[in-house]
Amino acid sequence: MGKPKTIIEKVWEKKVVHEEAGKPDLIYIDLHLVHEVTSPQAFEGLRLKGRKVRRPDLTFATVDHNVPTKNREQINDPISKIQMETLAKNCEEFNIPLADMFHPDQGIVHVIGPQLGLTQPGKTIVCGDSHTSTHGAFGAIAFGIGTSEVEHVLATQTLWQNKPKTLNLHVEGDLGPGVTAKDLILAIIAKYGVKMGTGYIIEYTGDAIRNMSMEERMTVCNMSIEAGARAGLISPDEKTVEYLRGKRHVPEGEAFEKAAAEWLALATDEGAEYDKVLTIDAAEVEPQVTWGTNPGMGAPISGSTPSLTEVDNKEDVRLALEYMGLEESQPITSIEIDHVFIGSCTNSRLSDLRKAAQIVKGKKVKDTVRAIVVPGSFYVKMKAEEEGIDKVFKDAGFEWRDAGCSMCLAMNDDVVPPGGRCASTSNRNFEGRQGNGARTHLVSPEMAAAAAIEGHFVDVRTYN
Amino acid sequence: MEAMKQHKGIVYPLNRSNVDTDQIIPKQFLKRIERTGFGQFLFYHWRFDDDGNKREDFAMNDPKYDDASILIAGENFGCGSSREHAPWSLADYGFKVIIAPSFADIFYNNSLKNGILLIEVEQSKVNEWMEKAENGTLELDVNLEAKTIDDGSGELFTFDIPEYHRQNLLNGWDEIALTLQLEDKISNYEQTTL
Ligand code: SF4
Repeated sequence: MGKPKTIIEKVWEKKVVHEEAGKPDLIYIDLHLVHEVTSPQAFEGLRLKGRKVRRPDLTFATVDHNVPTKNREQINDPISKIQMETLAKNCEEFNIPLADMFHPDQGIVHVIGPQLGLTQPGKTIVCGDSHTSTHGAFGAIAFGIGTSEVEHVLATQTLWQNKPKTLNLHVEGDLGPGVTAKDLILAIIAKYGVKMGTGYIIEYTGDAIRNMSMEERMTVCNMSIEAGARAGLISPDEKTVEYLRGKRHVPEGEAFEKAAAEWLALATDEGAEYDKVLTIDAAEVEPQVTWGTNPGMGAPISGSTPSLTEVDNKEDVRLALEYMGLEESQPITSIEIDHVFIGSCTNSRLSDLRKAAQIVKGKKVKDTVRAIVVPGSFYVKMKAEEEGIDKVFKDAGFEWRDAGCSMCLAMNDDVVPPGGRCASTSNRNFEGRQGNGARTHLVSPEMAAAAAIEGHFVDVRTYN
Repeated sequence: MEAMKQHKGIVYPLNRSNVDTDQIIPKQFLKRIERTGFGQFLFYHWRFDDDGNKREDFAMNDPKYDDASILIAGENFGCGSSREHAPWSLADYGFKVIIAPSFADIFYNNSLKNGILLIEVEQSKVNEWMEKAENGTLELDVNLEAKTIDDGSGELFTFDIPEYHRQNLLNGWDEIALTLQLEDKISNYEQTTL
């Protein structure tokens, strides 16, 4: 037996098409997901040079960033409309499968990949979108790329990439009751900062990760990019296999069993070494709320915003608190919100909606709060409606919408007004992300749901 | 992509760390389907108020930086989304070189593909240049062939950059054309592995 290897090394080795001293590796791309915002210039580039899409069969497109979540017949912004029409035209011209706005497979690109079984262990998956890291939950090497790279993949089905360094983020112990995957990843970023993963692929290990459902694992891997890592992944196990069984794009019957055995063999070997190891004690993690303007600026629900005398990066913290309209040393539970957004590729899957619904059941959204739920895909929406989850939300005063990115980045009409304050289950709290002048607090679906009812942050562990 | 061997220009200092791509170019400007014309939207909400007037308190609006073509910023510049609109807007505005203690991974690749030279320089040097550019005018002469920066102090500063990226920039190569020369290898991989 050779030297023990990490899953990252095992997958990478299989993908190298060409290597040469002094150059990055040329790696093969197994799946290319495409959406309307980062692709038009890439297709235009192909046309200008008379190039073709090499493997339309390994490419899949949908619209998510711009789509209206209220009335699909009516797109108010003509430029958004052109962008979506451009994608449809490009897909037709280059023969790429497209789930358009009215297609039952439509949804946020990182929600539909796994849902359709396009996402599989051991694949290299790219998309012109940084949260492509989500697909790493299945043991794929999945990362976001820019538009020039989108064009490169369309034309060649490959990319020049430096072999990544490996980082093991080891979670010791298990999460306490009421503490979620979202809280864990927010706590990791608060502890180690927004550039802890720059230049690395993160592998998440430990009991807390093993105990998570696939959807929870997706939430963790989704925010790898917020920790600076282009990709984050989790070694496949039986849960991975069972999640994929029967999905549309996975093999059937014996071929599935064979694939499953190959997937399981990708898991990191006992004793494999990483370039860097970081740990976090799961038992210490509380429900988290970000108070600042990057995802590392977070605190536990029992905590407060920082005191300026106690931080090293004083100027950054001062600017962040000023933008957020918060005082130093202000208790998190005293922060009052006026918007709630449950959605995004981080937390818009069926289990997220179920858990949030449990919190709001039989209660009413506070009258000063506008709350919306945006399912991650058309399919998630349909499933939730079968279970009556839509009714729970609507009875409580939430708006129930169609699938899309929506208020995560506010490219459509779902915008937080200037000075508005939003408890959001998305992944970025940058200045202006949810609307010019909007203030974002990143939280779990449960925390967002409870904040909608109370009008300020509360500890969901003791809330009923 | 245009080849770049050397660039001499005025420095604009942006003394912030973790500048994210939502700040570099806000999402309302991502809807265009062209690659050009994004410079006017660069750092939009920092440069302009809600009515579209220039903000006096944002240094980039100071006429002394009007011709700036080198940007110096704090660590982790370009974090956040993968939008290539960020380097498009920087390049379109006129920036050719960006200097910072560190860059986010995706932004790094995206910039180099658009002919912007990114140079990692240690924090202390960044601070020194930042101060000079804030208090007066700083001109830097960046030589990619020699991998040096001349700040006029009489001492040449040397920097490092992966050779692959350096060659691409020096020659202004079309990466896709290069890769397509390996077509045999790609086909062979597809036949034997997939
Ligand atoms: S939901 Fe938000 S983070 Fe996810 S792909 Fe859409 S815009 Fe990006």
